[in-house]
Amino acid sequence: MKPAPWPVDHPEEGRLLHIEPHGRRFSDARVADLPSLLRDGDLLVVNDAATFPASLLGRTAAGERIELRLLAREQDGTWTAVLFGAGDWRKRTEDRPLPPVLPVGSRFTVVGLPVQIVEVLPPSPRLVRVAFDEDGAALWSALYQGGRPVQYAHTVAPLSLWHVQTGYGARPWATEAPSAGLPLTWNLLLALRRRGVRLASLTHAAGLSSTGDAVLDAALPRPERSDIPASTVAQVEATRAAGGRIVAVGTTVVRALEGRAEMNGGQLVAGEAVTDLLLGPGFVPRVVHGLLTGMHEPGSSHHALLQAFAPSPLLKEATAHAEARGYLGHEFGDSCLVLDA
Amino acid sequence: MKLTGRAVLVTGASRGLGRALMAHFARRGARVVGVARHAPEMEAAAEALRAEGLEAHGVAYDVGDKESIYRLVGVATSLVGPLDVLVHNASILGPTPLPLLLDTACEDFQHVLEVNVVGPFRLTKAVVGNMVVRGSGLVLNISSDAALSAYPRWGSYSVSKGALEHLGRLWAAELEGTGVRFLNIDPGEMDTRMHSDAMPEADRSTLARPEGVAARIVAMVERRSESLPSGSRLEAASLEAA
Repeated sequence: MKPAPWPVDHPEEGRLLHIEPHGRRFSDARVADLPSLLRDGDLLVVNDAATFPASLLGRTAAGERIELRLLAREQDGTWTAVLFGAGDWRKRTEDRPLPPVLPVGSRFTVVGLPVQIVEVLPPSPRLVRVAFDEDGAALWSALYQGGRPVQYAHTVAPLSLWHVQTGYGARPWATEAPSAGLPLTWNLLLALRRRGVRLASLTHAAGLSSTGDAVLDAALPRPERSDIPASTVAQVEATRAAGGRIVAVGTTVVRALEGRAEMNGGQLVAGEAVTDLLLGPGFVPRVVHGLLTGMHEPGSSHHALLQAFAPSPLLKEATAHAEARGYLGHEFGDSCLVLDA
Repeated sequence: MKLTGRAVLVTGASRGLGRALMAHFARRGARVVGVARHAPEMEAAAEALRAEGLEAHGVAYDVGDKESIYRLVGVATSLVGPLDVLVHNASILGPTPLPLLLDTACEDFQHVLEVNVVGPFRLTKAVVGNMVVRGSGLVLNISSDAALSAYPRWGSYSVSKGALEHLGRLWAAELEGTGVRFLNIDPGEMDTRMHSDAMPEADRSTLARPEGVAARIVAMVERRSESLPSGSRLEAASLEAA
């Protein structure tokens, strides 16, 4: 599927492929049609993680140019990250030179910040845990000053932080935009409210989607942290009890909710926790009824996740249809709603 | 609104009313972040509060700069969590002595609007979406009586404050019923550096102290902000003493 090269000015006009799993059919709609596709009593759950500039250019102690892309902040304050060789987003990740191998204890500098490798993680010497010397306001200010939003070679110009925020983000936990929510304007969200669709949020630390290294990509997504407010747990329970549907905005919300339920015997428990749940064919969702997401290619981990909601042949047929109709993929592309009518 | 544990962001917090507001919010148990252009002054203000055992952070950004907006919101929310209260206090007069409109450079007029109106618009836009999702939040616009009265020579500042207040009313109208509230506050004449820049010959003994004004504003937030109509205009002088 052709990738969308740049954020659009009027995302509500974007296309929406509506897949009805039980009806075994799909149809073409627009993002602006969402209020007519959801029902009074449904609950839309969004990931309110803001996107921070997680692409950090730097040099090793020997002076070699590298890029460090942060994946996640760990509970002890260290960060999981992926090393790239020289260059930046303009070069396809799979064509980037490999970074030098940096063993545990190596010190280097990114965006002016001294940092040290504290662990090299399987399955690749490029997947590391690092500790910055700075913390708190000094660390965050420097990351925001020198970092850039993670972006890929299908985009056409440097992205600003303004391009990668949803309309409702707060804490900077996401290293890549929780992009399913990018088309949701407040015009649309308030229209959904008037329709009787309620809105709830959680914060899920969405990590990198791709590194260009097949071995590493197979290890994604890594375990990810989420914070589910008690009010969201209450809204989910009330919605389900009243026969309403839980509609996740993005695969990160599915992972947060289903992962949390899986850890607690099917119960959604509020608070912060890490999930390593991987969704795919055969997984039976216990919390979520459907999801709004981007257009995902067969073979991607996002596409595998969709198979927990709709049968693979239907997804393949729908994706082929979307491709033929010129739907655009990736973070600024068109949308897909997997939900029964 | 109970302030214990609430996340509060105050712009223009290195001195004057902004610094006093940050201090009063912190002393009422809020987790505060102050923003100002000058890092050492801002850091000193935050450090003084930390020395009292309070949670306060200082960050250096220019609210008139578009690229600073998500940086400052990102740093602030990473430090204190999703914001519950946003205080637009930062503002500039433009060149002093205050010129007549006929003598005001177009660029100076534009710059005042950029800092005093466009900055708060951008910052509000970056912050209140999350407040709406969570169903609560408060935005305070620190204004001036120059928003209402046409005092000669106060041109660009006066226009910016009038626009800021109208922006507050518009936000309130568009987000009515969401739980996010907007209040415009006229703090009155205070003994601040801005006041002495504007009116160097004023008798300082007749001016209110920013600490007292901040105490009244923070007390109002605690006691009445949820019962006042969103979009209201309040005068600090007529607020109950703290």
